[in-house]
Amino acid sequence: MTERVTATTTPYTIGRPPFRPGDEADFGGKFKEQPGDLNRPDPLSCSAQDTVDHAVGLVRVLDDNGIASGEWDPNLDAETLIQGLEYMMRLRIFDDRMIKMQRTGKLSFYMRSFGEEAIAIAQTMALETQDWIFPSYRQPGAQFVRGRDMVSMICHCIGNTEDNVKGRQMPVHYTWKEGRFISISSPVGTQFSQAVGVAMASAYKGDDEVCISWLGDGTSAQGDYHYALNFASTFKPPVILNVVNNQWAISTHANLATGGRTFAERGLAYDIPSIRVDGNDFLALYSVTKWARDRGAAGLGATHIEVYTYRAGAHSSSDDPSAYRPNNEFECWPGGDPIQRLKEHLIKNEMWDEERDAALAQKIDDEVMTSYKAACEFGDLASGPYPPASTIFTEVYETVPWHVQEQREELGK
Amino acid sequence: MMADMNMIKALNSALEVQLEKDPNIVIFGEDVGFFGGVFRVTDGLQKKFGEHRVFDSPLAEGGIAAIAMGMGLNGLRPVAEIQFADYIFPAYDQIVNEIAKVRHRSGGEFTAPLTFRTPAGGGIKGGHHHSQSPEAQFTHTPGLKVVYCSTPYNAKGLLTAAIECNDPVIFFEPKRCYRGPFYGDPHNVPTWSNHPDAEVPEGHFVVPLEEARVVREGEACTVIAWGTMVHVCEQAIKDSGVDCELIDLQTLVPWDRDTVVNSIKKTGRCVIVHEAPKTSGFGAEMSASIQERCFYHLEAPITRVTGWDTPFPHTTEWDYLPSPERIAAAIKKTQEE
Repeated sequence: MTERVTATTTPYTIGRPPFRPGDEADFGGKFKEQPGDLNRPDPLSCSAQDTVDHAVGLVRVLDDNGIASGEWDPNLDAETLIQGLEYMMRLRIFDDRMIKMQRTGKLSFYMRSFGEEAIAIAQTMALETQDWIFPSYRQPGAQFVRGRDMVSMICHCIGNTEDNVKGRQMPVHYTWKEGRFISISSPVGTQFSQAVGVAMASAYKGDDEVCISWLGDGTSAQGDYHYALNFASTFKPPVILNVVNNQWAISTHANLATGGRTFAERGLAYDIPSIRVDGNDFLALYSVTKWARDRGAAGLGATHIEVYTYRAGAHSSSDDPSAYRPNNEFECWPGGDPIQRLKEHLIKNEMWDEERDAALAQKIDDEVMTSYKAACEFGDLASGPYPPASTIFTEVYETVPWHVQEQREELGK
Repeated sequence: MMADMNMIKALNSALEVQLEKDPNIVIFGEDVGFFGGVFRVTDGLQKKFGEHRVFDSPLAEGGIAAIAMGMGLNGLRPVAEIQFADYIFPAYDQIVNEIAKVRHRSGGEFTAPLTFRTPAGGGIKGGHHHSQSPEAQFTHTPGLKVVYCSTPYNAKGLLTAAIECNDPVIFFEPKRCYRGPFYGDPHNVPTWSNHPDAEVPEGHFVVPLEEARVVREGEACTVIAWGTMVHVCEQAIKDSGVDCELIDLQTLVPWDRDTVVNSIKKTGRCVIVHEAPKTSGFGAEMSASIQERCFYHLEAPITRVTGWDTPFPHTTEWDYLPSPERIAAAIKKTQEE
């Protein structure tokens, strides 16, 4: 891991990011951790102690040249890999279209998954369809894996008449029961301990279900992160708890979120097997998540994962990262681009080529444009139509109480 | 010296003056240090006063509240930012059970003078979790002072008073009004420039806590509001054509009894406006207290115009927030009795 940077220790220590605007971002070249450094313990007999090296190191499968190796290589077939690449490309092209919509006033707000596309997609692909998804802001891509209709996603972001949450939530706060995908919550981190509760219910009912949840390096400061680890440690339900360390929580660097140890190591203190994984390596993510699911499904309890990545874009459409970090930091960071890395791997193995790649990008672009136009048919933020105002009053309670009914009549809409 | 300031600049100026005046003041919160806050209220302060006095905290409101209390107990005077009032609830236990009660619980031996600044209220398409106005959750907690500014001038003066107050203060900033007053029309939003309340002294000054502001004098009806709704009420009063007295409460606990009671004894009518939901909102407290003190002077029922008893919506927020139309209708109705 990179050295923690701090200000003078008098009177107290202040964590600092390694670089600020105007600095030359320099992460010292490539990752020193390589595929094959770490063994793959037997998931069905692994203890927290067996993962000490995995919590400090970095599980990788793809090297810097796109070659896969080591015990963690999931040996996926070409069809699965190409499917993963397609989902990631779809997410990026989708995000780019949505941010354009936001810029032209057709959405109130947007958050991209830029640079972190592999996370939700590889990890969701490693799960079974009955598994529960408790996402943070940058995992909407899981819905592509579960087959959510893109028009429906755009309608939610607009908050138009076809938005399944009826214009009640900000964009990107997707909710999708069919995909077992629960809404993100802006007071961050709340989903993490809820996920443990979901997994305890699965265990109680004896259902073959695992629950996965993600939160950010910054959010791991919240109580909910620590509640989740402690309950998961105590009750050992089938849950996969991921800290996505993308190094930036809006303007706050991960050096302010931990006193020095890796995020993964925190899990060891809770006696939970804990693994730090290259978050831009599709294969490593898939493999580690599958390993964690095997443990959960076998009744062996939680796995704690630190997904090490980089937030390549702004926090949201309201944010301007050039105010607090060098603009080219992402390019200097050794983790690279997850889409490029998988593409390079596929091309090296003669499963893919530039021609097919360009054709796929064009196909997705067309699909996104078609979906965007179809969604706008149901209304856009600038000009409507919107869900009727009556939706303010419904589903607050199971039935509308008299005082809410009176207010609805007072509004007269 | 006076300067033209929007609310963000005025708050920033209050903090800057305090940091210069009192070495025990520290400022912290999410993104408030290097970046200067997501709304830029603390812009430039870290650079001027150093990383140990103005700093970014981990993302943990419960932690921020508890750390602030500890610092307050030990002689500092922290001013912590909760990035959105909607995010204050992880801190609720520390604020309600600890910070609010420490003076009383310790027989007066310990106090924690501190201020929590937090942007509140709707009108920015923020949905459930960037729009709420949770003042009533704190007015119901003895031991806390609760302040809600509405203009650049009172933002600076009230924040200064809050920081200098030896009791803990929850200081709400109407984020809709950071860059301009809001009169209820989302398609026509002016800036603060040339507004009389944007003329703000550059140096130290105080708008005393516990004093309301009479925005407009009138004889026919008293309208009470705070935060963004003060400006929406100004518009509604114009639209209604009724000669209203508009009171900006400014401090909710303890509220300015004399200004409110004297006004209602004069007008005999009262409309209370807030954006938070109606049930158990602070309007209920005002209404009950006014009725107890002014019953024989009232010529019409006291009316509340508030947000609905529902979560705050995203797309339909203009149907949720009290509009000039709804407020004007309520004002006119008081004249029918």
